[in-house]
Amino acid sequence: MSLLLERLWQGLIDTLLMVGVSAAIALLAGIPLAVLLVTSGKGGIFEAPRLNAVVGAIVNLFRSVPFLILMVALIPFTRLIVGTTYGVWAAVVPLTIAATPFFARIAEVSLREVDHGLIEAAQAMGCRRWHIVRHVLLPEALPGIVGGFTITIVTMINSSAMAGAIGAGGLGDLAYRYGYQRFDTQVMVTVIVVLVALVSLIQISGDRLARRLNKRAS
Amino acid sequence: MSIVNVALKQPHELQPEPAPPAAEPRQREVHLRFVGLGKTYQAAHGPVQALRGIDLEVRRGEVFGIIGRSGAGKSSLLRTINRLERPTEGKVLIDGEDIGDYDEERLVLLRRRVGMIFQHFNLMSAKTVGENVELPLRVAGVPRWERERKVTELLHLVGLEGKRDAYPSQLSGGQKQRVGIARALVHDPQILLCDEATSALDPETTQSILALLREINRRLGLTIVLITHEMAVIREICDSVVVLERGEMVERGPVWRVFGDPRHAVTRTLLAPLQHGLPEDLLLRLQAQRQRADDRALLELRFTGEREPDLAALIASLGGEVSLIASNVERIQGRTLGRLLLTVRGSARSADNLLHRAHAHVDRVEVLGYVAAA
Repeated sequence: MSLLLERLWQGLIDTLLMVGVSAAIALLAGIPLAVLLVTSGKGGIFEAPRLNAVVGAIVNLFRSVPFLILMVALIPFTRLIVGTTYGVWAAVVPLTIAATPFFARIAEVSLREVDHGLIEAAQAMGCRRWHIVRHVLLPEALPGIVGGFTITIVTMINSSAMAGAIGAGGLGDLAYRYGYQRFDTQVMVTVIVVLVALVSLIQISGDRLARRLNKRAS
Repeated sequence: MSIVNVALKQPHELQPEPAPPAAEPRQREVHLRFVGLGKTYQAAHGPVQALRGIDLEVRRGEVFGIIGRSGAGKSSLLRTINRLERPTEGKVLIDGEDIGDYDEERLVLLRRRVGMIFQHFNLMSAKTVGENVELPLRVAGVPRWERERKVTELLHLVGLEGKRDAYPSQLSGGQKQRVGIARALVHDPQILLCDEATSALDPETTQSILALLREINRRLGLTIVLITHEMAVIREICDSVVVLERGEMVERGPVWRVFGDPRHAVTRTLLAPLQHGLPEDLLLRLQAQRQRADDRALLELRFTGEREPDLAALIASLGGEVSLIASNVERIQGRTLGRLLLTVRGSARSADNLLHRAHAHVDRVEVLGYVAAA
């Protein structure tokens, strides 16, 4: 039992590490990407249709490849970046690359929903374009972006289980090896319970934060 | 003049006051000039001409109204003043300077000299009232202490001192527009653009916002350009008005003239809600010719503000038995405007004669017909 607990604990740590690091990178890269997608589009404040089309196509490319295949396809790239194709850090690379376009698309929707009248008001008050991004687009879309980031994290926990296939460890890997390969139902059920608790905690915190940030309705 | 002076009078105590008749905007210097302005959009089904041949002058310190039905091009015309809209022909001159070739840097500076308020207020929902008013200063790099001072001053001006930390969603429509006004004035602009600023407000709130705008115009000497589809707004605060229809100017002039003597059909349509039609009982009995001796002539008299109506002289000139049927007379900018409907019975005078006599005392007169004796 204590061995199981120890493995469970290690799995949780691995999952949190994988997802945490990838999510942080996806957040930092996804928001600029989303801003680029929105503002370079037709009628956007940094209108650049060709750039918009290219970036949109790249995002769609990464979004359409199933994670398991993406992970395998990225192995040479992963080796280049982290020097290994095995373990938690090797999983961070494909997880980040899958999560960034996913999150960017979700954040893009929130940014696009910002009332055009607010952008016009900002222009009329003498905002430069960068000010509009910083003081209008991002703050106004923030509740939606927080909600989208929550979804991204949950999806990444999901994907991280598959990362077990390249020996990344984590909860999913644990459940797969013990539950599926060794028919140890107890481990599998325990892992599922932990995952449900983890996902619920993230979803509830995300929802609460998004609600607190939303000042549109009092 | 400092904004602080304006604040001496609490905005909620302000009542709309009639403009002094002496202040004829014609005598003031030109602040804004549109020269041969046109705007053509490329729509899916071909080019659409939103504005055409606009030649206008707006004098410094006047409240200038642009009215028209929806789609008439009001909004495009207003937006050429701060270049939110770029004209495809002609120029906009502010203080004689063509703003057409401004780069982004100069546009930013121009827009700080031109405030704007909107129909739907366009306040940042994620920012408090104070932060909303502060935003234009923040992006201009004004130091914090100066911003603090200015925000306090402006919230006082619009009567919202107590709402500084509230979010826009916690305010009423009128309060939101006051925040919009404070935000628009925070850079001490010389021009204020109002885009249907009262169209989303109830009549009472509309009055208080118009009173505030009028007060700001008076105390700060600010030039205000507003667009609206409601003639009542024009009547309330404007000095001059231009009527747009399908992107073209169909009528313009001082408000008293356009109200008193509308020359274009569109203007009359826009004015219709403010005027009374013919009473129905008379309409039923109205005929084109006098049939019997005791049929009454129905006269429509229009006062277009050219002179003071002298009723005694008017009635004496008509002769016979004069009855007042309906009247819609009001005083705008110190001039008496409107319409009287009279019937005249027993006057032996012919229609032409009646008209000729009445003309000496009233600006326009017309025999609408004859009311058959009951």
